[in-house]
Amino acid sequence: MATTDTEILAVTGNEAVAEAMGQIDPDVVCAYPITPQTEVVQLYAQMVADGKVSSEFVTVESEHSAMSAVIGSAAGGARTMTATSSQGFALMWEVLFIAASYRLPIVMTTVNRALSGPINIHCDHSDTMGGRDTGWIQLYGENHQEAYDNCIQAVRIAEHMDVRTPTMQMYDGYVISGAIGPLQMLTKEQVQAFIGPYHATNPMLDTKNPVTVGPFDGLHGWYFEHKVSQNRAMDRALTVIQDVADEYAEISGRQYGLLDPYCLDDAEVAIVVVGSTAGTTRVAVDKLRAQGVKAGMVRVRAFRPFPHEAYAKALEHVKVVGVMDRADSFGAQGGPVFLEVRAALYDSDPRPQILPFIYGLGGRDIFPDNIEQAFAVLQKAAQSKKRTSTERRYLNLRED
Amino acid sequence: MATKTGTKQKPAAGLTEIRWHARGGQGAVTAAKMVAELALGQNKYFQAFPEYGPERSGAPIVAFTRVSDEPIQIYAGIEHPQIVVVLDPSLLGIVDVTKGAPADAIVLVNSEMSPAELRRHYHLEGFHYYTIAATRIAVETIKRAIPNTPMVGALTRITGLFPIDEVVTFLRADFGKKFPPKVVEGNINAITRSYEEVQAE
Repeated sequence: MATTDTEILAVTGNEAVAEAMGQIDPDVVCAYPITPQTEVVQLYAQMVADGKVSSEFVTVESEHSAMSAVIGSAAGGARTMTATSSQGFALMWEVLFIAASYRLPIVMTTVNRALSGPINIHCDHSDTMGGRDTGWIQLYGENHQEAYDNCIQAVRIAEHMDVRTPTMQMYDGYVISGAIGPLQMLTKEQVQAFIGPYHATNPMLDTKNPVTVGPFDGLHGWYFEHKVSQNRAMDRALTVIQDVADEYAEISGRQYGLLDPYCLDDAEVAIVVVGSTAGTTRVAVDKLRAQGVKAGMVRVRAFRPFPHEAYAKALEHVKVVGVMDRADSFGAQGGPVFLEVRAALYDSDPRPQILPFIYGLGGRDIFPDNIEQAFAVLQKAAQSKKRTSTERRYLNLRED
Repeated sequence: MATKTGTKQKPAAGLTEIRWHARGGQGAVTAAKMVAELALGQNKYFQAFPEYGPERSGAPIVAFTRVSDEPIQIYAGIEHPQIVVVLDPSLLGIVDVTKGAPADAIVLVNSEMSPAELRRHYHLEGFHYYTIAATRIAVETIKRAIPNTPMVGALTRITGLFPIDEVVTFLRADFGKKFPPKVVEGNINAITRSYEEVQAE
């Protein structure tokens, strides 16, 4: 595969990310290389075997062990990466918090797929939405290109001295991960220059300056203060994510932000959506705009930290906002993105109505028709004098 | 409250949507991807993906290809294909392969029959049917009963999406990286023969 910056390649989403990892060429990659993994680490293992990268590739016996090995490697002082998906992510659960609390700048790709049961291997966002409080930075990509671009930017974000927090970058399982789409790559030299050399802080392998990592904090220790410092790093990450995106735009010509607005300036109705469905939503917005409907969209990119002020600013002039979640929070007022967006707009005056939509669980397809149906609900609410019920609306749910 | 899909969507100008129906093992996903890569060679935008399910040899599967002059943003299965490619004629009695297709859709079927015979045999109405004996051509050229590359040859002729010379050049370069020359030439023969032998109504 050639690596000029102009050539367009036809690749799967997983191939795009494996190529990004190959160009990053981290010191260590630890992974559990069988299902529920993705092709990403399989492709990476091939690069290691072919001598195309210099990474130490550590295969382990489970995803819990994969994350544990990644933590050990990163604490030792190595630039470390891994990839996972679905149940594998779920099995990493308890150690995800430890990676974040040790402030290890690990980068992990997570291909978004459903959680069992019933057993289901298809796309939804239940896996990482469930991990939103682990203390990791979360970036959600839309397509092949962004999966590649986010993987590279994640290194700089995680390793930034104002942040030093592990970062996971996501894209939709199968819809992107297994589909063929276009990709423009940077050269390996450009990527290396962008990420720069890795400087570990307090590495355990620096035997002249011994440190302890992960000791018992004691009953009257600093656990509470430690958690507050994690949250402050998250606040600072908002600036860093944007700065890194701006710098990346200079070498790639592709500009990213904390969120990705579309046709919002004069919008009366708008949808907030995560992942590949944003593309399908833009198609629906274009169609409605052609019919004279003032429709708009926001695609979520950074979900942790959640840039609530930016959402308030982007959406406060909109009459009705529909939030489409591809994961549910059972018993809550709506899905995770809905709750976040609704809270972000609470202080706005006038305050838009915010309605929850659930779609695509377990890989249920989402067509432009379905998104137009959601917009129809928003338009009706915008014209109504009464506030519209915030019951969940399900898109493309079977009723037979 | 629940909403369902219903209304018809018109494809955007310059967009070609192809739906592939096959059985697991016939190489439909490879063919769908091959057409996407051919589109790349024509400086067009492309997208190819299977409708994922358990991989079971012989079970009905569906795959999709989009080719466009504009960047492709939509990420959904193809509901209203302009072109339907059926790699296994036995699916005609089992799967509604033309579901959602517009009246002027092209349906290309792997069959020894002429389109008229196919219509009589399977009681088919409407659409524009084409046939190609892809399995026989595959056996005679590639020496394996995998009808995918012959179907791409026939599709090239019917749609005019790509010049046949470019398809041959692509195959020689792309397959040349992965397979021995005998296999490459077999596939090129399969494509060019199918290009010549596809039957219209």
